[in-house]
Amino acid sequence: MPVIETKNLTFTYGAGTPFGKTAVNDISISIERGEFIGLIGHTGSGKSTFIQTLNGLLRPTSGKVLLNGRDIWAEPKKIRAVRFKVGMVFQYPENQLFEDTVLKDICFGPGNMGLSAGEAEKRALKAAKAVGLTDDMLPKSPFELSGGEKRRAAIAGVMAMDPDVLILDEPTAGLDPNGRDMLLKQLSDYHRVRRNTVILVSHSMEDIAKAADRVLVMDSGKAVMFDKTEKVFANGGELQKIGLRVPQITEITLRLRKDGYNIRPALTVEQAVRELLPVMKKRRAENG
Amino acid sequence: MGYIEAKNVVFSYEGHENEKGAEVLHGVSLDIEKGEFVALLGHNGSGKSTLAKHFNAMLLPEGGKVYVDGLDTMDDSLKTEIRQRAGLVLQNPDNQLVAGIVEEDVAFGPENLGVPPDEIRRRVDDALKAVEMYDYRLSAPYKLSGGQKQRIAIAGIIAMHPDCIILDEPTAMLDPMGREEVLRTIHKLNRENGITIVLITHYMDEAVGADRVVVMDSGKILLQGTPREVFSQVELLKRHKLDVPQATELIYELKNEGFDLPDGVLDIDGCVAALEPLLGKG
Repeated sequence: MPVIETKNLTFTYGAGTPFGKTAVNDISISIERGEFIGLIGHTGSGKSTFIQTLNGLLRPTSGKVLLNGRDIWAEPKKIRAVRFKVGMVFQYPENQLFEDTVLKDICFGPGNMGLSAGEAEKRALKAAKAVGLTDDMLPKSPFELSGGEKRRAAIAGVMAMDPDVLILDEPTAGLDPNGRDMLLKQLSDYHRVRRNTVILVSHSMEDIAKAADRVLVMDSGKAVMFDKTEKVFANGGELQKIGLRVPQITEITLRLRKDGYNIRPALTVEQAVRELLPVMKKRRAENG
Repeated sequence: MGYIEAKNVVFSYEGHENEKGAEVLHGVSLDIEKGEFVALLGHNGSGKSTLAKHFNAMLLPEGGKVYVDGLDTMDDSLKTEIRQRAGLVLQNPDNQLVAGIVEEDVAFGPENLGVPPDEIRRRVDDALKAVEMYDYRLSAPYKLSGGQKQRIAIAGIIAMHPDCIILDEPTAMLDPMGREEVLRTIHKLNRENGITIVLITHYMDEAVGADRVVVMDSGKILLQGTPREVFSQVELLKRHKLDVPQATELIYELKNEGFDLPDGVLDIDGCVAALEPLLGKG
């Protein structure tokens, strides 16, 4: 059963006024439990508006969002419960840390859900571990951590609520390559262990290529592609037209393909090596 | 003598309660020539931003010296002159734009320098044309895309007629098209106007277009040279948990499998050209 479905979902800012602007336009998609979804689109394509409708921060102008088959706005008074089930990590979440210790900050979400202090702490410790925060960091003030550590502490705070769906808006922006890779790996591991659903919004096509099972592409508020990652990135030309790119490694394999070589598009360098080696070895053997 | 000269720069941020914090730069020396395009790479915490902020007297060295066009950054009376020569563009465009209309924002710098009004008009128009944003001169900055906003921030600096622009991860918050716009703009300013560029970035593919790549690690310069020289050192870079462009990495991996491929392949074209002779079409 899909964990999240949208049916003709539309959101218009300032609906009913002369300044109305439709940011999400008639999107109907379905996301299965346990999928890792990448969401891409240029700035202003409607990605952030779309994800905010998924956890009830924005109420659709028309259409529906179904969570586990139920319309999240069927009982507006219970919308808060939806926000615990669909956890949202905003851009630059480290700016939202506020407690006097890292551990207390991570406990804040689960505490808000009405869990006992003991249970909240148990979850917080697990989440801290998942993002690679060590025990000695937990009693520190969040402000003593490095930028990357703060970012991970903020993500742990949402993970600790154990949401069915975890949405992250540009979680790797501003991190260095090592920090990006580490965070991506932690997200993938978390996803594998918890088997919940992850939606990753990113401008880094490389990050999306490494992590996502399927990719949703947005342009002018519409869902223009929603398919397996390798299929989406095989459409280099289409993506280019809407201001997006494919990872450099994918572009290399697409170019080789276009030049008549029998190479499948690769999403990562390892994949490209696996794809190229047999062809190169065969050629070398033929030429002696 | 370089246009920017850093000699043995030592720097630490202030720690708790006036204690001295950990040292961030341990005696860094670097000369940047006029008209050069330098990419500065390194981890978060490697000291690259700290070093770059010394280049326009945003930070002052605790030990050693920094000269900009021969002007000592420690001399407080030269601060305005130094900042006019070397401007700084930061990561988040929203924190750098101050006015409600694009052209007013660009005029802010020269106004502060006391430039006469008709000269300001000319400078603002020229600067907006240089970043290809002239048509947006009467727009409100908040209505622009990230790449456009970042180009306005760059125009604001160009209007002060600097010799050098230092950009600290100017594309970190931008989508792929915004990144390309900004990159194209700074290359054009370097090529056509001879402006010296110091670009701090985490994107290796942005560094390959530079004249020189400088890699910082733990407050020191680890490695520097042309992009080709630096990205030939794949093992050294990996050992320091630094990245190389995917094209470079692919060629490196295949070389390790015993194939005869060139060192220092930097981009898609180079990679495809290197691979095709070794592939069979069958």
